[in-house]
Amino acid sequence: MEQEKTTINSPLKSDPVTWVEQYADYLYRFAFSRLRDEEIARDLVQDTFLAALQQVSKFEGKSSEKTWLTGILKNKVADFYRRQASKGITAIRSAETEQQNFFDSDNGHWNAKHAPQAFGLDDDNPLLLKELGGILNGCLKKLPALWFSVFSMKHMDDFASEKICIELKLTDANFWVIMHRTKLNLRACLQKHWN
Amino acid sequence: MTGALKKIIYNCKQATFLIEKRTLGKITASEALQLQVHLAGCSICRTYQKQSLLIIRLFTGFPSGEIRLDDTFKAKLQQQIEKEINKN
Repeated sequence: MEQEKTTINSPLKSDPVTWVEQYADYLYRFAFSRLRDEEIARDLVQDTFLAALQQVSKFEGKSSEKTWLTGILKNKVADFYRRQASKGITAIRSAETEQQNFFDSDNGHWNAKHAPQAFGLDDDNPLLLKELGGILNGCLKKLPALWFSVFSMKHMDDFASEKICIELKLTDANFWVIMHRTKLNLRACLQKHWN
Repeated sequence: MTGALKKIIYNCKQATFLIEKRTLGKITASEALQLQVHLAGCSICRTYQKQSLLIIRLFTGFPSGEIRLDDTFKAKLQQQIEKEINKN
């Protein structure tokens, strides 16, 4: 009986047919929180399961199945970020042009039209924060892909800037310029859609 | 007053850059002083700083617990996995 059950010689704790039920939502949340795009997150979850089936024989049971699957997904997310890094040059140019108007070109002072204005909200009001969060998600979708990748890697995975620079082939100076521009962009977008 | 200090007192672009760099990494002691002087006199950049932190909070505090895959996609995924298993 025992031998019949273990058709695949691996230390898997469960049958892959139960994976979707057990792990799909968890993996989807993991991917979505890092990518903020339903379609891409779904694709990566699917790729993860299919890759896992191919690698079942390599699974050594040193970690839990969930950790193992999450590790595969993490690599898929990292690949996605790397691919984004070389794309969207036009989007970056247009975002940069837009920002030239934010500050006076001579003295770097805020131009009145683009100066930050208080959102006028109580920071602890959960309903308003949720609404603002929804607006932010829309703003994130409009970010140049490379900027989004840098921003997400820094904040969702808390990667060191050195690691992000290596992964995405950026210089340290590049990295900080991108972080600054991303924040200027998101803040302006929130202000535009909030009031 | 040093040149660098004078330069940043009116320079919000540089101040907002330093705000970001300080939040996520390190700035030098002299940069920290420049920023302090700037913020003391610039309420717009103080607003920026507050909103910059709020954006991080909104981004990382995203309520991902509420989201899940829809059942149609899950069913398709399930079929695909079963098909793959039966191949072997």
